[in-house]
Amino acid sequence: MLKIRLIAFTFIVLGVFLGGYIYQSQETQPFKLGLDLSGGSYLVYRADISEVDEGEISDSMDALRDTIERRINAFGIAEPNVNTETHSLGVEGTEQRLVVELPGVTDLDEAVDLIGQTPFLEFKSEASLEEQERINDEIEVLVSSLNTDEEGNLVAGEEFDINAIMALESQRYVNSPLTGKYLEKAQLQFSQGGIQSGGSLQSQPIIALSFDREGADLFEELTRNNIGRTIAIFLDGVIVSAPVVNQAISGGQAIIEGSFTIDEAKETVGRLNSGALPIPIELISTNTIGPTLGQDAVNAGVFAGVLGLILVGIVLVLWYRLPGLIAVIALGIYTTIMLWMFKTIPITLTSAGITGFIISIGIAVDANILIFERMKEELKKGANRYAAVEIGFKRAWASIRDANISSIISAVFLFWFGTALIKGFALTFGLGILISMFTAVTVTRFLLLSLAKKKGKSSKIMRFLYQNGFNK
Amino acid sequence: MVLTNSHMFITKYRKWFISFSAILVLTGIVVIGSIGLDYGIEFTGGSVLEVSYEQKPEIDILRTSLFEGGFENVLVQPFGDNGYVVKTQTISEEDRKALVSLMNVEGSEMSIERYNSIGPSVGRELRTKSLYALIAVSLGIILFVAYAFRKVTYPISSWKYGIVAVIALLHDIIIPIGILTLLGTEVDTLYVVGLLSILGLSVNDTIVVFDRIRESLSDNQEKNKKESFTKTVGNAIGQTITRSIFTSLTLLVVLLALYFRGPAATQTLSLVLLLGTLVGTYSSIFLASPLLTMLVGKEKKDVQ
Repeated sequence: MLKIRLIAFTFIVLGVFLGGYIYQSQETQPFKLGLDLSGGSYLVYRADISEVDEGEISDSMDALRDTIERRINAFGIAEPNVNTETHSLGVEGTEQRLVVELPGVTDLDEAVDLIGQTPFLEFKSEASLEEQERINDEIEVLVSSLNTDEEGNLVAGEEFDINAIMALESQRYVNSPLTGKYLEKAQLQFSQGGIQSGGSLQSQPIIALSFDREGADLFEELTRNNIGRTIAIFLDGVIVSAPVVNQAISGGQAIIEGSFTIDEAKETVGRLNSGALPIPIELISTNTIGPTLGQDAVNAGVFAGVLGLILVGIVLVLWYRLPGLIAVIALGIYTTIMLWMFKTIPITLTSAGITGFIISIGIAVDANILIFERMKEELKKGANRYAAVEIGFKRAWASIRDANISSIISAVFLFWFGTALIKGFALTFGLGILISMFTAVTVTRFLLLSLAKKKGKSSKIMRFLYQNGFNK
Repeated sequence: MVLTNSHMFITKYRKWFISFSAILVLTGIVVIGSIGLDYGIEFTGGSVLEVSYEQKPEIDILRTSLFEGGFENVLVQPFGDNGYVVKTQTISEEDRKALVSLMNVEGSEMSIERYNSIGPSVGRELRTKSLYALIAVSLGIILFVAYAFRKVTYPISSWKYGIVAVIALLHDIIIPIGILTLLGTEVDTLYVVGLLSILGLSVNDTIVVFDRIRESLSDNQEKNKKESFTKTVGNAIGQTITRSIFTSLTLLVVLLALYFRGPAATQTLSLVLLLGTLVGTYSSIFLASPLLTMLVGKEKKDVQ
């Protein structure tokens, strides 16, 4: 008996603890809200794979995703989400799509430009000596402004502002008219000989560029003007290599020797060859939700949810009295467990997902009601309360299990076949049912048992508390 | 309580209840067939722009502005207290920019609350996927129920429980769709989510009653007690009716709160669920179990 009461008590403590944690961590680790609630843009592109070989589609799509992701990251958007999807269109075959989610970007122009802008290959020459001096000075100012200890190490908490330094470094080069626009093709090659590694000769991947006629002229001019100096090659605004020019190069052939891995070199070649993106894309669907709309929905949703829970609580207590109160506590624990899981897994909450959760609360209530009704039957047959709880519980379990398994089957199929929105619903709904089954068999059961005496007559008050208003 | 003794009339007058449901379902199908579903742009493809103003301009000013700007086939409707919603077929990026600038009339401060543009292929996909999901769920339920009731083969075979559960499920979906079609509710994604929730709840409800029947049948077998199937079913309904009504009552409380005080965006959803809960509770008591007794009637005469 003591053991049962201890377990029951532990559940309550766990619930309170989780509730406290959820409330406390709201600042540091808020719920992950979907775009429909947080505001943001949702863009769907169709990838044109007509020129891509069957076997390379998946690789190309991955390269596409990485490229777009890099572009978005460069703009410092928090937690963008870029995914590729294969969609079956029935008889028309499949379609490759790129789905981009940009939380907080509520200006569609900005979002589309972000994706559609074309960063490219740039060739730059060294800036003037004065300019180099100025940059050196500024970097020195930046570095000397940092607090260091006697040995020249950084004081804890101080950090190099890498971005500022990088920005300054890139000013060491100035634009030339030569860009990726004049590129005819890029090729992956391997340097002859190369680095010694483990005793064997390793060849280093290099990228060979061929310019068209105009590009060849520009390249020749650029190299002639920069003999003895470096020319920097920028890709997507990042310097990849800066070789020293030994002589003027005619014929329009250039080589990029960076410290690439073979895969990186391969990918870069792919990107250079197909223009800015490895696969051309076309915008087919957009969805932008303003910041206030989502916030209003969250506020109203939370208000309605809390109001609904309180009303259900009142109804439960009025009808089932003490067991009703236990159900309310069990529901509270159920809700905190669910909210904790939303946070920890984390599950992105959308309006559809929240609906799934609310419905699962209904099913959790149902499990309690099933148990109580069975318990009442046993009490009427004259069982004592402890036995009534145990038998009532055992009998209700088959119903709870089968009804819930069938709901879980629905959730699994919906998750399997559904679109993103339906998936969101199915996930919280299915998870909710699993957890509600757990709380019904553990929390409700132990709480009920902990209040029931095994032997002896129960007092008049307890009998009143365990009956409901309509049964005499 | 009163209800526990009134259950027998449900199996006694089962023909009336089943006919009533059948008429409602048929009416629903006719309504859906003749009026047709008002698909939102998520399904048909198209664009929706929702804007709010500091000072809301007259709707005619907007219509004129859009018409003169070349947007002839657009639908402008008031939305909320100080906004409008504009619906068109799928438009390009340039057209969208033009549309936004045309909406910006009178110099009144305007902000875009929502813009949603769905290509036709995306819409088509959503429709087929929703349908596939519905079919898959139905099949899954028949199989599971047949499995869960596999030991209950007398007096009707276990897979019939599954079929009846699916009949109840279709009933619970068709009638609310019929009513919503009459009300002119637009079918959007949350509407579909509502229907999917009804799926889950409907099966849940039906199985609780079936489970009680299963339990009584095996009890009777153990005790070698002869009881007609109709009586067993009637008893099972009586034993679960309080629970059925009470559970839907608690759900209705939550849904009413959601409908009246919840976000505007989920109002349709709450309405779908309200209807679904009402119809679903009705069908688990007055349709599913009486149907079971009908099936046994055909297979084997009751041992009355």
